[in-house]
Amino acid sequence: MSSTADHIIEADKLTKRFGDFTAVDAISFKVKKGEIFGFLGANGAGKTTAIRMLIGLSRPTEGEATVAGFDVYRQADKIKENIGYMSQKFSLYEDLTVRENIRFYGGIYGLSRKKIKEQTGRIIEEVGLENSAGNLVGSLPLGWKQRLAFAVSMVHSPSIVFLDEPTGGVDPAARRQFWEMIYQASAAGRTVFVTTHYMDEAEYCDRVSIMVSGKIEALGSPAKLKEDFSASSIDEVFVQLARGGAVISD
Amino acid sequence: MPDIAIQNINHNYGSVHALQNLSFEVGKGELFGLIGPDGAGKSTLFRILTTLLVPTSGSASVAGFDVVKDYRQIRRRVGYMPGKFSLYQDLSVEENLQFFATIFGTTIQENYHLIEDIYVQLAPFKNRRAGNLSGGMKQKLALCCALIHEPEVLFLDEPTTGVDAVSRREFWEMLQRLKAQGITILVSTPYMDEASLCERVALIQEGKILSINSPAAMVKSFDKPLWAVKSDRIYQLLLDLRTFDLAERVEPFGEYLHIVGRPGISQKTILDFLKNKNHEGIKIQPAQPTIEHVFLELA
Repeated sequence: MSSTADHIIEADKLTKRFGDFTAVDAISFKVKKGEIFGFLGANGAGKTTAIRMLIGLSRPTEGEATVAGFDVYRQADKIKENIGYMSQKFSLYEDLTVRENIRFYGGIYGLSRKKIKEQTGRIIEEVGLENSAGNLVGSLPLGWKQRLAFAVSMVHSPSIVFLDEPTGGVDPAARRQFWEMIYQASAAGRTVFVTTHYMDEAEYCDRVSIMVSGKIEALGSPAKLKEDFSASSIDEVFVQLARGGAVISD
Repeated sequence: MPDIAIQNINHNYGSVHALQNLSFEVGKGELFGLIGPDGAGKSTLFRILTTLLVPTSGSASVAGFDVVKDYRQIRRRVGYMPGKFSLYQDLSVEENLQFFATIFGTTIQENYHLIEDIYVQLAPFKNRRAGNLSGGMKQKLALCCALIHEPEVLFLDEPTTGVDAVSRREFWEMLQRLKAQGITILVSTPYMDEASLCERVALIQEGKILSINSPAAMVKSFDKPLWAVKSDRIYQLLLDLRTFDLAERVEPFGEYLHIVGRPGISQKTILDFLKNKNHEGIKIQPAQPTIEHVFLELA
């Protein structure tokens, strides 16, 4: 594989089988540095399995992939050190305070005390938690928790961050605040790899891929996909693909 | 007589006012949506109406019965799908359904007509444990279990959260069919696009009702100028437009940013402002309001 300079993810025929079942079926795609990449698919399409391979948690059955320049087979630990990850199950400790959570994750990633202090100040300001920094995370509204979890997932300044359904269950205003953080991260050169069930959010991405039954059936900018599928929204593109019967153009 | 009548309901958890003086009615056979974020008080209201929680003050009736005094009658007449998956994970699909039928003194056969549309999709997995179903399938099974005793009123608490766009669409098609059979449905959702599928909706936030109306009337009430704008640098565009004095609010909406404008805003004033800020690839067009715009305006 080449051109690693421009791409932070390169996957080539990446495959995962569980027994007879092929959860991820030879997917190939590249993600550019600084891009907001939407990774879409129906429940059970294989998204989570694909992400687990990309972040070094699950060894592929076949195929190749590098993430942040590291190989998913041989350098899984390097990948974990160099990426950020926010799972759909909220990942902060509810019974620790905002400050304690930041210190904990900073420590996990091996940051110096000085660096942790710096990051704590920066994150608290960025998320707007100046008045709640000493409060238990469990007491925060969900929208704030999600933005805090996002900021904490970047505590070690990774070049790419994976967000797995980060905005489930919050109102439109909170979802937009979250997406503004994504824009901000991307404008600062960080790559954001995000899954969502909100199809309007898919349209905030630079490019999206849509997985159906383990395969990537569409990939492109939201505008391009809408044109290719003669659809007025990504929701329509998604429904056409997931219900089957659509012809895929290049 | 309305199937659900809520009068001045308040509920406090310690010092937290989860519901503040809520009053509204849902007619027989109506499909009514409660639209609001996590923490708005939707689940608390569901728990009161399904007699699982006694309100701090106020009164409510369901199917003509009082939620405190007549809880036994209500429990027989309502179906409830809680926000958290609450079926038995280690029973199979079929066993779960059988269990709920038996509890309510009926059989799957007797009311099969109510769940047939949904159950045919589950039938291939009927021996699978509920815990091993996908999100969309779990939600279909939960709906079957809430329907198997032929309830008069159905309470669905965020049935589509975490469910993909196709399954959501199918789920709402099912709700329309249940409504056609005369079942009253109160459903909550954080998805604004689902609001437009209800006959009436209540927008709810922090325990208070912001507005109650039909989706169409709600959208019609939005009377401010609305413009969709994009450029090559979307984040910078957002930051710049926030400083535009003819913009009241600027928010991401799909590929575009939407500007809720002040009087005097026009294609030309926006274009002039953005050219001044050195944006390229500028596109400006008028936008149509949706329930989401109404919510953002009220919230």
